[in-house]
Amino acid sequence: MTALQLTTGAPGARILGFGSYRPRRRVTNAELAERMDTNDEWIQSRVGIAERRWADDDETLVEMSVAAGGKALAASGLDAAEMDLVLLATTSPPTAIPGLAPRVAHQLGALRPGAFDLNAGCAGWCYALSAAADAIRAGTARNALVIGGEKLTQYTDLDDRATAVIFADGAGAAVLTASDTPQVGPAVWGSDGDLHTAIAIPDGEQHMSMAGQAVYRWATTRLTDTLVEAMRRAGVGPDDIDVFAPHQANLRIIEMMAKRLGLPERAVIARDIVRSGNTSSASVPLALSALLESGEAKSGDVALLLGYGAGLTFAGQVVVLP
Amino acid sequence: MSREDIQSGLAEILEEVAGVAPADATPEKSFTEDLDVDSLSMVEIATAVEDKFGVAIPDDELGNIKTVGDAINYIEKNQ
Repeated sequence: MTALQLTTGAPGARILGFGSYRPRRRVTNAELAERMDTNDEWIQSRVGIAERRWADDDETLVEMSVAAGGKALAASGLDAAEMDLVLLATTSPPTAIPGLAPRVAHQLGALRPGAFDLNAGCAGWCYALSAAADAIRAGTARNALVIGGEKLTQYTDLDDRATAVIFADGAGAAVLTASDTPQVGPAVWGSDGDLHTAIAIPDGEQHMSMAGQAVYRWATTRLTDTLVEAMRRAGVGPDDIDVFAPHQANLRIIEMMAKRLGLPERAVIARDIVRSGNTSSASVPLALSALLESGEAKSGDVALLLGYGAGLTFAGQVVVLP
Repeated sequence: MSREDIQSGLAEILEEVAGVAPADATPEKSFTEDLDVDSLSMVEIATAVEDKFGVAIPDDELGNIKTVGDAINYIEKNQ
């Protein structure tokens, strides 16, 4: 049996910088109440959203991803040409072929990096972060750009009160690099494919539908263990967590998870959903960017992340913020 | 478990999940109409019922439970 040679990677990976892009158009609950039978009180009490951003025609998935990626590169101090891996987590590409990551990488000025799209529903960015960190450890990449970008409104019936009030657009990104000090913890990832119809574009249809109660039940009962295991694998406990940034799907789920984890008083809970809605795989990097920009989160903070969504998929990990 | 025990156990759950005063959790009350319990709180109640009584209420059954009495009947029948 032939033993192949392997590359030797770094002991770990760390995040150097975040960037985000929020579409120009702000859509309030009052505006939606004019379009359909809904109201601010209903939306705020069920999902916790006050407003969201909807992308205009010129704010394509590629343009939003390039904008977020460019800002993450600027924050990292690295040049696009130094990236040897560019991942785009998305569940809402305009067409199936080609994947968008090569084009995004090219527009940013990267030089022939490994580039691919990754669809793991709303867990996509956390999956991609893990894939990139693992590539750095394996020595197949030294620097990586990990983007989560979504134009969910393309697949949302904007007159359907069950989904239009929830889903939104945007992009967030982070630059990773090799590090002697591991600052991206091991992912705990998995899937429950028996629930594949719970969030889906049904056969023959153009718009997304969601079995709200089924997803709510799954999220509130099946994911706490993932978070606990992610902390265990990274060698930290609830008391070490400075920032909790789960996927921004529903404020009630976020609050319930935070309560169950027993996080310390000082822990900052990401509640970006209030102004951004549910942006699927963009939600975690968007939330982290916002917390770093506002100063609520700071460099060196230990953050517990969780993505979960269509598939159904989930992934949690602990990272140290740049 | 007796009907009375189920009713008082359910009342505890309703108070914890949705802030319903135990005296209001009587069989004829509609969850949505009378007690202001929304569809997501119904899921939380179902989860708590499973933890407390060991009775699972699947999503498709949950839609048929309109009143506190419906819930008591379901738990009684399936315990």
